Amino acid sequence: MEIKLNGTWTEFPDGATVAAVLDATGGQRPGIAVAVDGVVVRRADWPATAVPKGAAVDVLTAVQGG
Amino acid sequence: MDEAPLVIGTCKLTSRLIIGTGGAANLAVLERALVASGTELTTVAMRRADAEGGSGVLELLRRLGIELLPNTAGCRTAAEAVLTAQLAREALGTDLVKLEVHADDRTLLPDPIETLDAAERLAADGFTVFAYTNDDPVLALRLEEAGCAAVMPLGAPIGTGLGIRNPHNIELIVSRAGVPVILDAGIGTASDATLAMELGCDAVLLSTAVTRAADPERMAAAMRAGVVAGRLARGAGRVPQRFWAQASSPPR
Repeated sequence: MEIKLNGTWTEFPDGATVAAVLDATGGQRPGIAVAVDGVVVRRADWPATAVPKGAAVDVLTAVQGG
Repeated sequence: MDEAPLVIGTCKLTSRLIIGTGGAANLAVLERALVASGTELTTVAMRRADAEGGSGVLELLRRLGIELLPNTAGCRTAAEAVLTAQLAREALGTDLVKLEVHADDRTLLPDPIETLDAAERLAADGFTVFAYTNDDPVLALRLEEAGCAAVMPLGAPIGTGLGIRNPHNIELIVSRAGVPVILDAGIGTASDATLAMELGCDAVLLSTAVTRAADPERMAAAMRAGVVAGRLARGAGRVPQRFWAQASSPPR
């Protein structure tokens, strides 16, 4: 299935969890947060939350700013 | 002349200078400026993470023992700002948020309608909201009523260095505020920061004036001294301004 990961369509196995998506793209590292289709998925829920086909997954972290 | 710390939500600040980390040439320059400023609270922005991982700013701030104030810069609507704040809380483990909703890229002025809407939602969701706002005394009160922990009127648009364009409005905001008032944006040099404190602001937030100065470390030290000077002068009670001279030496 394709999901829109940080704005780019990317191929993942059907039923991939948030944790699996992160593991394939930089890891479940500290200091990041994830939203799926505009809703925050808590860190504790990453392993059990399947990403729907076609979903927008945004992975954010803090950078210099403000 | 010790005084009680400035308390905003769970945040206790001895230094009344809050620094933004944007605009620094690199982390080494930023570190020297932050240390020179004496700041205890510093803003960061939330952006999409690339696979290589963080920018290093989090590690730097943690090492320096500086508390994080994530902002919602870049958001245009209340909904975007609320989601960004929730992501920041999840990523950084803090309830503090600097709420900023910009109306357009040229002025970066706060959108008052979206800001107020987001402030109500974030306060109801348990956030300690620092609301970036226009220098509008009415809006400042509305933001306080919405549950903001601090209101942060601008002196001038972000990054302009134009100083405090409407000091009377800042005084009006201070005179009626029941929450801390932090002068945010527009500071160009140390005397601007001093004026903010003389007008009665509880703290000053700035970034560009330090991070883009020719010598950020030196300017950070200047801002630190400027904030302290303004705070002392405010508390000291200045002499009234007079039209005619008044001799300060005894008559012959």
